[in-house]
Parts: sequence; structure tokens; C-alpha cells
Amino acid sequence: MKKDFNLIIVGVGGQGQITLLRILEEAALAENKDFKGSELHGLSQRGGSVEVHFRMGKNILSPLVSQGDADLILALEMQESLRSLYYASPKTQFLLNKLIIPIPGENIVPEDQIINSIKNFTKKIEIVEASKICKEKFQKEVLAGVYLLGYAQKRKLLPLRKESLEEGIKKVVPEKYLVENLEALKLSQS
Amino acid sequence: MKEILLNKSGKKIILLGNEAVCRGAIEAGVDFVSTYPGTPASEIGNTFWQIKEDFKKINPKFHFEFSTNEKVAMEAAAGAAISGFKSLVAMKNFGLNVASDFLCTLMYSGIEGSMVIFVADDPSCWSSAQSEQNTRFYSLMAHIPTLEPSEPQEFKDFTKFAFNLSAQFKIPVMIRSTTRASHQSGPVTLGEIPNSKFQIPKFVKDPKKFSTMPPRVLEMKKELFEKIEKIKKQFEKSNLNKIIYGNSREKLGILTSGVSFLYVMEALKKLNLKLPVLKLGFIYPLPERKILNFLKKLKSVLIVEELEPYLEREIAILAKKENLKIKIFGKGEKIEGGRIWKERKAILPQIGELKPEYVEIAISKILNKKPSFNYQLHLKKFEKLKIPARPPILCPGCPYWAVVNAIKKVVDLQKVIFGGEIGCYMLFSHKVINLQDYLYCMGSSTSIAHGISKTSKQKVITFIGDSSFFHAGIPALINTVFNQSNPLIIILENQTTAMTGHQPHPGVGDGRVVKVEEIVRACGIKNVKVIDQVKNPEEFEKGLKEFLEKDEASVIIARHICALLEKKKKT
Ligand SMILES: Cc1ncc(C[n+]2csc(CCOP(=O)(O)OP(=O)(O)O)c2C)c(N)n1
Ligand code: SF4
Repeated sequence: MKKDFNLIIVGVGGQGQITLLRILEEAALAENKDFKGSELHGLSQRGGSVEVHFRMGKNILSPLVSQGDADLILALEMQESLRSLYYASPKTQFLLNKLIIPIPGENIVPEDQIINSIKNFTKKIEIVEASKICKEKFQKEVLAGVYLLGYAQKRKLLPLRKESLEEGIKKVVPEKYLVENLEALKLSQS
Repeated sequence: MKEILLNKSGKKIILLGNEAVCRGAIEAGVDFVSTYPGTPASEIGNTFWQIKEDFKKINPKFHFEFSTNEKVAMEAAAGAAISGFKSLVAMKNFGLNVASDFLCTLMYSGIEGSMVIFVADDPSCWSSAQSEQNTRFYSLMAHIPTLEPSEPQEFKDFTKFAFNLSAQFKIPVMIRSTTRASHQSGPVTLGEIPNSKFQIPKFVKDPKKFSTMPPRVLEMKKELFEKIEKIKKQFEKSNLNKIIYGNSREKLGILTSGVSFLYVMEALKKLNLKLPVLKLGFIYPLPERKILNFLKKLKSVLIVEELEPYLEREIAILAKKENLKIKIFGKGEKIEGGRIWKERKAILPQIGELKPEYVEIAISKILNKKPSFNYQLHLKKFEKLKIPARPPILCPGCPYWAVVNAIKKVVDLQKVIFGGEIGCYMLFSHKVINLQDYLYCMGSSTSIAHGISKTSKQKVITFIGDSSFFHAGIPALINTVFNQSNPLIIILENQTTAMTGHQPHPGVGDGRVVKVEEIVRACGIKNVKVIDQVKNPEEFEKGLKEFLEKDEASVIIARHICALLEKKKKT
């Protein structure tokens, strides 16, 4: 890896962003890469917007991705992708989970409007029906995050090996939920 | 989690900044840890809470507690330290305000064993509703040696160092952090966990040591100053202050510390520049000689720090004293910042956290160089987007909804004033709830209501959580009885400290439980009801109506467990 890899995961509190970050970190550690993660606790949870940063490379300094500098943005909820445009530029690849979680007291921003806004920043957009697939297969939407990670890996958008992600999941996810998480990863690769 | 107790020197594990503090304390052989929860410092307590039994197997002397508030936590930790033990106390910035009365005194006496105080600030108020306090100014006021680590590895190493420094000079040492530093995760190389000695220290009586009674107090102050002078000498030589690109011939240098250092290095990398950088590990007392030697080679210096200028002031005074001709860049003249720092006119903002691009822009501005990316244009484009805010809101199934619904049903919302304070119920400010007319700090809702009720005679309903009640609510309650006012106080007893991650409090302890209603009655409140607002909404409404008519203070304890905690307990 010549350049630092910059990833942002956005979504709503409760969608498991911090677990995804831990999985990525364990995977990076397993591959002996330097990395840093940044997360926020407290007020930003309770159903509010949650954004985590993950940077990987030879010698990672800032825990925060710079403005316009994301290589990959995973949006676990579509409206939240708008906020993450702060980190987007033409080089940025978006993977959007096809899911809208309404905001109490606000009108929903329609999907086409979201996509049009993103197009102003980058043309590399892909919508993935992660929540739908995970709901159908596992009756569990929260697995969408792991599915999306796996999908990014398969599409070669995430410079980590599949085995490392697997190892990460094994280290991070509690015993009880392990099997379904590993299956969600496997499914994303098929 | 147990990974943090691995005794494998040299192994790399992933830790948050805050968890690395715990590991540092473990490697230093800590005996006593106390805290009151507060994000961004909460993980210190949460971690020790989880590992305390396992750690006791390594250090049988070990004790961990969630104390009732930060002042109590600090005093307890000091009790351990003046008896010769190694103690750690952790809190968020506002906690230090609560504990500051004690801190300023404790510094005079010093301690016997060692004592480290960890405090986390929260630039941008990510997990704070109150203020964007800059705790560094306490270091000056209390004369407490203060370290600022940048990344997880340093959090561990600095903590260990702080214990040693504290033991060497018999003085408490502070580690000051910020949200982004504390909540950054990365690889940390472990050191050794020492074998705890069986010898148990004791408090040794000495009339000169721990009693600040005048005239001794002023002698103590002198002794404190002497310690600080010695520590300063040591800091001058310490490699915790680092110079990067020291051989550079550039005439612009950068002075920084904490997480800002990481932004500086990122910015230099992006700009492909090798400006000399002095990274301070110590922010009090400052290694003045080291700083002067660094400055002497420069024509100008950029000081990169978050919030109000602390280093900048100190360096400006130093430069003036030494008659140094150097241009100091730092905070802009205009008070601008963070999310409202749109035009980026100032060099660096005083409001809001820094970001790596802010530092890059600042350096580019001074050097008249183009930044690596057109941030300005990109920002304009970004700010044109209409993005609906998604503020946090009470969980679905939260027992507080029943309180909100009852109030909306039976209370004249125009006439009654709603006093909020800090906890999940501060989300009563959400526009779909809208039951919060003021919000300040823990324990304040009722005392403020007292002032309103004594003067304007308006009726006030105040909210206070159970953890906050034990923390700072009791004196305010007594004041309404002693000085006779009539607020209706709703104590939201969800049986946990929810907002900060569900820590226990005296009302739910493993041992003897302190009952809220017994305290309320003992404070002299006559009108007291305990109602489960979820199971008995009508009774709750009736209670509200009845107590709103009272012309003395009254209390309803709304007792129903936090929905999230209940779910956690089940799984
Ligand atoms: C002096 C101080 N210490 C700590 C905090 C952090 N803090 C925010 S809310 C809260 C406690 C909330 O507990 P409780 O009052 O029981 O309300 P709940 O969140 O359970 O609704 C704490 C400790 C703070 N704001 N101020
Ligand atoms: S954490 Fe508990 S108290 Fe806080 S909003 Fe959720 S259910 Fe309510």
C-alpha cells in the first residue's frame, strides 16, 4: 500500500459502527499495518448521527480523515451519506445501504435527491441492498454493516484480506452473534 | 476486554486512548481507582469496573469505585495516596470544576504514594451540553504538573510516567486529554505488569504534612513552588518533549501538543514540508529553556492548540520577557470557530475542535502556499447542501416518554417553566418534546427554580436523574425547604447513570442501597410520591395535578428502569 487508506462509516446510533471499526482494526493489526480509528461516544448516540473514521497505512498520524480525502464511504443509512460529503471528492467511492431511517420531526430526503447530491462530489456510487438481504436471510438488519464491509472487500475497495476480516469478526463479536456475522460476511462474498 | 490485563510485554493490542490510560495505570501498579462517569472520560471507569475482580488477582490491594461525584472521587483517591498507595482518579472537564475546591488545596500538601488525575475536555461539545471548557487553565491555577499525550501508545506511556513523577515529587500529576485523543483507537505495545508487593503502606501521622491550617498553609505554598521548580528542571531534559525536523533551516516553526500534534504532522505531510516542530508532552510547568532554544532559531512560530489560547499566552509572555523578536501566529483576532468558522479568516479557531485541514490551511496562509486541496471551494459546495439534522432523542420505549406524555396532558405548558439538567432527560429539548426552558449543570435545576420561584413567583417543574440527585441534587433540595420555595421536582429514577453508559450509583449498588425517597423525606420534603409512570400513568397524572397546586416544594419520584439497561441485562 503506497498511500494511506481513508474510510468513513456513517449511519445512525445503534447500527453498529463502533463494532465495524473494531473489526477493521483487528484485521489491520493482523496484517501488521499501522492504523487509527476515531469514534465518538455519548450524546452522538441515542439515535443521533454517528460517524467513525478508520485510517490505515504505513505510519498513520491524524485519527481524523481530512476534508475531501475519503477513499471509501460506507453509509449504513442513505440520508446520513449527505453529512459525509464533507469527506468526499471525485476519488471517493460510496457504498450506500439502501435504507432510510426517518428523522423525527423532519421530512425524508428522497433517494434520488440524495444520489444527485452525491453526484456533485463523486460519480462512484453504488447502492447495496444490505439491510434487505440481511433481513431476509437472517431476520437481522444490524448485520448490514458486516455485509457491507465484506462487499467492499470483494469489490476490492477495502485493502484488507477476507481472512483478516474474518479474524477481526472472531475477535470482536460476542460468541452468541458470531455465526450469523461470519455468515453475513460469507454471503457478501458470494 | 480481558486483553487489557495480558502480561505479555511487547505484544501489540488495540486500545482507545482512555483504555491505554488504564493499561498505563495497571503497568504502574495502581492500587486505587475512583471516578464519576462523564464522557469523554467514561471508559476509564467502565474498564476498571469490568476488570476489577481479575485485576485483584494480580494486585490484592486493588479497589475500584464509582464515587458519588468527582469531588468525592478525588478526595477518596487522595486518601489512598496520602496513606502511601498509588491512586488514579478520572473525570470529564466539568468534574474538575466540582473537584477544584479540593484540588487547589491538595496541591499544597502533596501526597505520600502517587496520584494521577485524568481529565478529558470536549472541544466541539460532542458529548457535553454545558460548555467548551478548557481545563488547561486549572493547571496554572492549581499548580499541578500536567501532561498531554497525543495517541494511544503515549496515553499508556505518559500515565506510567505520571505515576513515577508523582511518587518522585510527592505531588499529584494531571493528564489532560480531549475527545479526539481519548476516543482514538490504535495499536499499543504492552509493557510489563509488576508483581504487587505484599507490604501494605499506612497513613503516618505528621502534624506538618496534611493539615493546611495557617500559618503552615503559606509554607506549604512555598514548598509547592519549590517542587514545581524542580519538576520544571526535569521537564527541560525530558524526551517527552520532542523536536521533529530539528535540523530544518525553515524560519517558521510550529509548537503544539496533544492531538493537535497529529494534525500538524498530517498537514506537513500533505504540504510536503519539513518545518521544525516542538511537541510538548508537558503543558505545565512549561520547559521554558527548551522552548526558548527552539524559538531562537525562528522568525515566526505557529502555535497549534484547541480552544482558547493557553500555550500562545504563555509563549507570548516568555518571548516578551526574553525580548525575543518573533512573530507568533495562533488564534485569530476574531473570535471564530468550528462549524461557524466558515470563511476561515482567522488563523486557527478558538471555538470548536481542530481538524487536520484547519492546520494545513493555517500553515498555507502564513507561507502563502496553496493547500493540497481546494478546501474553500469544497466547503462552499458542501454548505449549499440541505442536510436535515439528526439530533439524539430518547430511545423508543424509554420510560421518560411516559413523563413527557403525562406533563403534556395535564400541565399548562405556557405557564409552567421547565428546568432541565444533565442526563438523558436533557433530550427533552428535542423539538418533538420541547420541555426544557433552561439547562446548565448537574444539580442546578432545582436551585435555579428556587431563585425563580422566590422572585417571579412562577411555577417551575424541574427534572433531575437519580445519579445526578446523588451527585449534586441534595443540597439544592434542602435549600427549597430551608428557604421555602415551591418547585415541583421530578426525580427520574431509571436506576442507572444512563447518558454516560449505564454505570451504577448509590441507589442501585451491590451492597447497601440508598433509597431516594428516604433522602427526600429526610431533607424535610413533605409532599413525596413514588410512582411508576409507565405502569401507572393515571396515578402519575393525578400526582402532577395535585403537587402543582402546592405552595411548598414537592417531589415525584418517577421510578422505572431505563429501557436500554433492561435490554442489556436480559442479553
Ligand atoms: C460534573 C459533571 N460530571 C459528569 C457529567 C457527565 N454526565 C452527563 S449526564 C450524567 C448523568 C446522568 O445520570 P442521571 O442523572 O441518572 O440521568 P440519566 O442519564 O440516567 O437519565 C453525567 C454523569 C457532567 N455533565 N457533569
Ligand atoms: S438510555 Fe435509557 S434513559 Fe436514556 S433515553 Fe434510552 S431508555 Fe431512556
